[in-house]
Amino acid sequence: MKKRKNLPLIITLAVTYVAVWALQATGIVNDYSFAVIVTIGINIILATSLNLVTGFTGQFSLGHAGFMSIGAYTCALITQKNPTIPGFLLGVAAGATAAALVGVLVGLPTLRLRGDYLAIATLGMAEIIRVVFLNLEITNGAAGLSFLPQFVNWNWLFLFTAGTLVLLRNFLNSSPGRACISVREDEIAAESMGVNTTKYKVTAFSMGAFFAGVAGALYTSYFFFIKPDLFNFNKSIDILVIVVLGGMGSLSGSVIAAVLLQLISTWLAAFPEVRMVLYAAMLVAIMLFRPQGLLGSTEVSAVISRRLSKIGRRAKEEEV
Amino acid sequence: MPILNVENLTKTFGGLTAVSGVNLTLESGELVGLIGPNGAGKTTVFNLLTGVYHPTRGSVTLDRGHGAVSLVGKKPYNICKEGVARTFQNIRLFRSLTVLDNVRIAMHQNVRYGIAGGLFHMGSYKKEEQALLEKAQSLLSMLGLAEKSDELAANLSYGEQRHLEIARALATDPALLLLDEPAAGMNPAETAQLTSFIAQIRRDFGLTILLIEHDMSLVMTICERIYVLDYGTVIAAGTPGEIKTDKRVIEAYLGEDMGNA
Repeated sequence: MKKRKNLPLIITLAVTYVAVWALQATGIVNDYSFAVIVTIGINIILATSLNLVTGFTGQFSLGHAGFMSIGAYTCALITQKNPTIPGFLLGVAAGATAAALVGVLVGLPTLRLRGDYLAIATLGMAEIIRVVFLNLEITNGAAGLSFLPQFVNWNWLFLFTAGTLVLLRNFLNSSPGRACISVREDEIAAESMGVNTTKYKVTAFSMGAFFAGVAGALYTSYFFFIKPDLFNFNKSIDILVIVVLGGMGSLSGSVIAAVLLQLISTWLAAFPEVRMVLYAAMLVAIMLFRPQGLLGSTEVSAVISRRLSKIGRRAKEEEV
Repeated sequence: MPILNVENLTKTFGGLTAVSGVNLTLESGELVGLIGPNGAGKTTVFNLLTGVYHPTRGSVTLDRGHGAVSLVGKKPYNICKEGVARTFQNIRLFRSLTVLDNVRIAMHQNVRYGIAGGLFHMGSYKKEEQALLEKAQSLLSMLGLAEKSDELAANLSYGEQRHLEIARALATDPALLLLDEPAAGMNPAETAQLTSFIAQIRRDFGLTILLIEHDMSLVMTICERIYVLDYGTVIAAGTPGEIKTDKRVIEAYLGEDMGNA
């Protein structure tokens, strides 16, 4: 039973890994399209981790780009000094940990706030982080850091993206994960049922920050150039759009939306004059026709198994 | 031996005294009613007992047989850990989660594996999750909700939602259960069924129960003692028989009802 539940995910991950590897080996995926794939991978990590905070735990955060920038800068500073694979891995780990720590520090006071108030507070936090990087000497101010060593290839990208997905999925299928979801559902009831809501809000928030830090470190180690402006308010909104479009409370929704939006925006790059207009019009259309997001709060696996059981039932009825 | 002892409980909101000098004692295993007109402060008393509000004055002590514990100043989740569970007047289920998950979340405090165990599904994760699932399923089948276990809470009928709220409270493994208007919105047949349901869970789980209720048929049938609250103070306490004939109660609240009670 347990094994069968994990099988679809394992197959999907394996097929994805082999497919991209084969496409790259045969030269169908060139450097330009690989950059698109890297962006998709990073966006998947960003969107699923924000979904943990906003979609599953119900804490509206507008500061995800801030955590991403902490990961990006920490990793950049480490790989500048130590441009080796161990240095890169250390950079990812340190970047993620630093982001998670800031997540705890920011989360403890701000997570008392709800809804719009929390959104404003997290927005302010991300701006503070950006301004700090803008003014620090070590981060080279507005010009940012460039000519950083590049480490991310398909293997690393796959490892971190798939790892994030598996860990988040595991967490949400555990007792602490369910406690986080209960906070979204009804905070007062959750607290009365023995759930320390503050603890789980801060847990979800800093875990989300951790993975955003991973995404930032991967960004640094592929695009080898970072500056504070990359991690502004617009970046946070971009991530939020993926989450809302895919469905609040659906990891697979975030993955599908991250892939879809990046493919569409890559395709639209051929029409630069109308690109943003078409993109925005499409977002409006999706929200009008599917306000709950592509997948709502269900996962692909649940949708498929529901369809299958329906087909099974119909087949049985026809036999009778 | 009293399991719950409330002395001089007072709560003021600005200039308004919602609860004033309330004394309550619940013996272990008792089923006690808390009645009173709308706005008398009944739900405020529940919120004070469960830590949603902190009392302005007064003491609340719980004694499960191994020493008295003060509940004043404790957070709701800690009071839950001490063994006090509640339901809500306006149902507060985890609506977009399944019946099973509603119950499993309430069992959360007994899970020993932590966040790392949850992330990596290692350590005692498998064993504990299996035990949790079995415990939740057996509780649901005891309470007649087993068939609904994969249903979303929001899709249950009103009566079933009331039952699930009680099931979820029981899942926290309480010694004292506080029921806030469990029969609200039910018809007489459903109320009669709920009455026997409450009697059954009290027996099966060895509970002490304090319940707020407007439905006099339910209160008078199953409560051994009743406290009557009016304008935040206890105006009478006693057996259902005594309450029925108490002049102050009739004046404050039961006057019209007594003719057909």
